[in-house]
Amino acid sequence: MSSKTLYDKIWETHLVSEKEDGTALIYIDRHLIHEVTSPQAFEGLRLAGRKPWRADANFATPDHNIPTTTDERKLGLEGIKDPVSKIQVRTLDDNCAEFRIFELKMTDDRQGIVHVVGPEQGATLPGMAIVCGDSHTSTHGALGALAHGIGTSEVEHVLATQCLMQKKAKNMLVRVDGQLNTGCTAKDIVLAIIGKIGTAGGTGFTIEFGGEAIQALSVEGRMTVCNMAIEAGARAGLIAVDEKTLDYIKGRPFAPSGELWEQATQSWRGLVSDADAAFDEVVVLKAEEIEPQVTWGTSPEMVAPITGNVPDPALELDPTKRGNILQALEYMGLKGGTAIKDIRLDCIFIGSCTNSRIEDLRAAAEVVKGKKVASSIEVAMVVPGSGLVKRQAEAEGLDKIFIEAGLEWREPGCSMCLAMNADQLGEGKHCASTSNRNFEGRQGFGGRTHLVSPAMAAAAAIAGHFVDVRELG
Amino acid sequence: MNKFIVEKGLVLPLDRANVDTDFIIPKQFLKSIKRTGFGVNLFDEHRYLDKGLPDTDNSHRPINPDFVLNQPRYKGAKVLLAKDNFGCGSSREHAPWALEDYGFRAILAPSYADIFFNNCFKNGLLPIVLDKAIISGLFTEVEANEGYELEVDLEQQTILKPDGSKIEFSVDAFRKNCLLNGLDDIGLTLEESETIRRFEENWRNSAPWYFTTTSATTI
Repeated sequence: MSSKTLYDKIWETHLVSEKEDGTALIYIDRHLIHEVTSPQAFEGLRLAGRKPWRADANFATPDHNIPTTTDERKLGLEGIKDPVSKIQVRTLDDNCAEFRIFELKMTDDRQGIVHVVGPEQGATLPGMAIVCGDSHTSTHGALGALAHGIGTSEVEHVLATQCLMQKKAKNMLVRVDGQLNTGCTAKDIVLAIIGKIGTAGGTGFTIEFGGEAIQALSVEGRMTVCNMAIEAGARAGLIAVDEKTLDYIKGRPFAPSGELWEQATQSWRGLVSDADAAFDEVVVLKAEEIEPQVTWGTSPEMVAPITGNVPDPALELDPTKRGNILQALEYMGLKGGTAIKDIRLDCIFIGSCTNSRIEDLRAAAEVVKGKKVASSIEVAMVVPGSGLVKRQAEAEGLDKIFIEAGLEWREPGCSMCLAMNADQLGEGKHCASTSNRNFEGRQGFGGRTHLVSPAMAAAAAIAGHFVDVRELG
Repeated sequence: MNKFIVEKGLVLPLDRANVDTDFIIPKQFLKSIKRTGFGVNLFDEHRYLDKGLPDTDNSHRPINPDFVLNQPRYKGAKVLLAKDNFGCGSSREHAPWALEDYGFRAILAPSYADIFFNNCFKNGLLPIVLDKAIISGLFTEVEANEGYELEVDLEQQTILKPDGSKIEFSVDAFRKNCLLNGLDDIGLTLEESETIRRFEENWRNSAPWYFTTTSATTI
């Protein structure tokens, strides 16, 4: 038998049929649903008189639109001030009720960002094929599942057929050797990877992240890495299953238990690439060389270490790249050559499916503990990824640390990562954000996003500008 | 889905790499629960000078005269000429919906982001990959010649230029067939229902731990 990558193995176990040109049907074990990309799919089902193929494979929760202030959330659906958002959330409730789909509603303690809630509930399991109408579905690959984002037509297709039509991607291994320096995190690893291979570097590939530094990460850290596989162009990111993966899953509500758990784990332990498996492309990074990362531009690949500078377009010889840099600097209101540490901030956002889990909040709290947010910071908010993350953080007293330092403590949701709700970055304002995209207007019309780790965002909140988290006492 | 056989029309050059789907259709318009009506907000943040809001009249908003879409010579364009990694970022299908609703039928670019590329085919919009050098040549020709049109023939897999020369392109056989005939993916897949059922039964037997989940939880 020839050697296989982890991706090859999951693909093969889910292959229902394949046409001559390679177009295949892949069986989907778990379909995650949120309010933004699903209404048209449910409407399509209704118009065609179709029913979900397997209602119990679906799992829904609203996250993109919902308010994060406690006052608004207390009132449930009626608390959503924006009437258009309210309709969308209500439509999800109605569709889930009509088609008998499990939903954690916005008033449920377990509600949260779908990519935080899925793994938290054990709805994400190793070896599954998972889809969701959301590009950050790649997050779930951290548990050894083949997971990627799909469009709304595909949401409808999966609802109706339990299958996804697609061609197999190529295999890429991104290996991060060695040990990460203190103060550097999973976020810095993945930003460094994107800086190296570019936002289209992974297009057409499924990326497996491996190597000593990836193995050393917690499961939550691995989720941060896989979450941003899409920012490197790859629809899916994957990490091999190990004992940490199994420990993470054990006992979660949707995970198997008893005899079935034993059988499942026996199977899941094989979810690793064979030692001599061939990858179409291999990229290697040294963990020791990775410093805390900060994006300066309007694409996640426009990233520099905290010790570095914003690039000087005059020094870029390639005219296309120079043009891209100029365009980004103009939007960001930055001058070429500026030290990253000299970038002043107006807003701090700690949250999103990239960095809103309990470990992220602990890391941020540790930095701000006993300190005060700089007076020049206009808005600083912490938005936990789920109701359960929020409860855990409160049990540990993290909420008090944040509030005493001057950060707002919010209710769970996507919030200012994409600013579909009221949490929007002001025009021209600079935000240190633990989210995943620094595109123009992403966090609000005219807003200027700098992607960083939770610890770096917290440190920036105190200083009012970027600082090297490694230099804090 | 709309069929795509032959489409001829004005070409609009969008000279920018890594155009993301937030750029194509900003998030506030994703609150709609419909599939239509996104065209008027295509490229909203660049097309207008103010901030757009959903469910509002766009006809009195200040236009950005410098943005290519607002230049009279490109009015009514059907072919979008773009640069590398077009459609990166969010998986929102609202992006192809907005392009299609505006009137675009084909996109020419050196490369696309995977999810966007896939989404286009579901909506009768044809994304064509061409060599960088060809794209670059087309940018020069389009910008130099007002009224520059291309005719995209999917059956023949050719693009006819105004000078009579042709550019060949490749496309997946399956996707081509779906577009030519306006076929619905779901209908096609459901023809394989028996195969899916058999697969599912075997999978349920060999990996039962994936099938016990929601039944254990109260819906």
